[in-house]
Amino acid sequence: MSVISIAAKRGLSLKIIRPWCNLLTNSASSTRVTCLWSSTKPAHVPADLVDKLERLALVDFRTKQGLACLEKAIRFADQLHVVDTSGVEPMDSVLEDRALNLRGDAVVEGDCAEELLQLSKNTVEEYFVAPPGNIPLPTREERTAMLKHSEF
Amino acid sequence: MLGLTIREVSLALREGRISPTELCRKCLNRIKKTQHLNAYITVTEELALKQAREAETRLLQGAPKGPLDGIPFAVKDNFCTENIKTTCASRMLKDYHPPYNATVVQKLFDQGAVLMGKTNMDEFAMGAGSTDGAFGPVRNPWSYAAPYREQTGAAADSDWVVTGGSSGGSAAAVAALTSFLSLGSDTGGSTRNPGALCGVVALKPTYGLLSRHGLIPLVNSMDVPGIMTRSVSDAAIVLDILQGLDIRDSTTIPAPASSLTELPEGFDVKNICVGIPKEYHAPGLSEETLAQWSRIVDMFEKAGARVEQVSLPHTQHSIVCYHVLCHAEVASNMARFDGLEYGHRSAVDSSTEAMYASTRHEGFNDVVRGRILSGNYFLLKQNYEHYFIKAQKVRRLIADDFKRVFNSGVDVLLTPTTLADAACYSEFTQEDNRTRSAQEDVFTQPVNMAGLPAVSVPTALSRRGLPIGLQLIGPALHDKKLLSVAHWIEQRVGFPSICEYGDSGETRNDTGMTKREQTSAV
Repeated sequence: MSVISIAAKRGLSLKIIRPWCNLLTNSASSTRVTCLWSSTKPAHVPADLVDKLERLALVDFRTKQGLACLEKAIRFADQLHVVDTSGVEPMDSVLEDRALNLRGDAVVEGDCAEELLQLSKNTVEEYFVAPPGNIPLPTREERTAMLKHSEF
Repeated sequence: MLGLTIREVSLALREGRISPTELCRKCLNRIKKTQHLNAYITVTEELALKQAREAETRLLQGAPKGPLDGIPFAVKDNFCTENIKTTCASRMLKDYHPPYNATVVQKLFDQGAVLMGKTNMDEFAMGAGSTDGAFGPVRNPWSYAAPYREQTGAAADSDWVVTGGSSGGSAAAVAALTSFLSLGSDTGGSTRNPGALCGVVALKPTYGLLSRHGLIPLVNSMDVPGIMTRSVSDAAIVLDILQGLDIRDSTTIPAPASSLTELPEGFDVKNICVGIPKEYHAPGLSEETLAQWSRIVDMFEKAGARVEQVSLPHTQHSIVCYHVLCHAEVASNMARFDGLEYGHRSAVDSSTEAMYASTRHEGFNDVVRGRILSGNYFLLKQNYEHYFIKAQKVRRLIADDFKRVFNSGVDVLLTPTTLADAACYSEFTQEDNRTRSAQEDVFTQPVNMAGLPAVSVPTALSRRGLPIGLQLIGPALHDKKLLSVAHWIEQRVGFPSICEYGDSGETRNDTGMTKREQTSAV
């Protein structure tokens, strides 16, 4: 018996076993699925938020496409809101119901500062060296110019 | 010899029919011959020969360390290996030599297994094709085998198919017979997806059963090391060695006491109930994959298993939920790469912040940067509740769906692993990484949300001559039972070995197959 006939035996129509049709749609090729975004309004990320995200994330959007990519990711995520989660507790971990192993609160390994410092590009004695701190990231235009010169 | 399973080659080593150094050399030669696959980022030739010689001494003394002594293996390049370059296929870590071994790698070394090299992947394991790494895409070994070549008849260099991902190099290494086992990682399907597309057995164990210590994290609450082999009983052997509590990973759990080492030979499916989740009959599911699914369902029914249609109603929301949780954890995990302590460091030194920003600009590809940015968006104070907490709530609904089904008496779920067989590289890259990940992980990531064990088993070649795999899902910590069912399927489907087709310029004689091996593989 096939998967379909199991459904049929239990009186389910093919329509019921294809419940994704409202979210995903079949394109011409049977091996390809595309997502429908039209159900939610297009996301728009204002310029000041773009700047804020770049400062927080410490990565840049690089091109317009990078921003379009974020807007698509937001629209994709917006599909979450069709799910009713009232009264549902958020789940952090699948091990939430278990007592996890705790080791004794004592140092059992370490003393490897030399090895770790060797991984750094710039150290003095036993310190990692950073460029001057407490200087905010330059403005967006200056950043773009700075990054243009730092391509590999 | 290279086409054998671990069990068979381990016996051959003990009986002295082949020595570990000979076996290691054969694998190294095979790696050279299949270099076009781009499966390895680093080949550890010297170390491999040294380890093989040590194994040889032990075997000659009649004191092997265990079933893996002298067995060649490969490791995805996101597991730390002491003094061996570990890149995550990223410019960020292109010269990173970790000072320690991941627990799972150490456990294999402790068993005398021989490391052949580190395998190629999508950058930081973000992808589903092994096409988005700094060292170029991985090619599926089946692209060069007769069944596919005869169907397409075109030039081998233009229409090769992808391995799937993100552990594509690990899958290709096992499928192309350059290693007897490999380690992948599985966050949303990254072991099972390439396992299915490359025709190898791919196990994603229960979350917490295998240590993540030394696995460079993608999504801490979902990551698990994955096991790839050419037979189900080989996967069981490796699982036995790798599982259990690790003092260095507080999220590990002890292996279940009843864990059998050997899979039962005459496993009777009459006593099991197989659930068929109706939601997995999704749009885009290829006709041939559906046919394979039906075929195995029939097989179970004929053998007297109870087969029931079940419902996992939140399945359709799982990929969206995964998308939010994955990007949020990525945003947090990738914060460690700042150029100060390890990894790439930009020459820009006007300020600390400027150095951070340019280091990360230079070190990460577009996919990684994109996920960091959207993750940061979902985690913004004003969005945290709306996206991140919402996704965590949906995650519970998905996990509860599985719980309900397994509590109702279902022992194992049978589903497709992927929508279809492997796509041509040229076609695959028409869509962006996010779209591809959403399509490719559609059947695999719900399991990661719930922390359950799942295994992909190859069942047949498609009309295009490419592997199709099915997925079995079990309740948490029932990994061994799951493998027993997978073993039952494996014995009945007769999935062909790639060495029957003399692929990649290798002739049948080169692989040293005996008559018995050839017939048993059919």
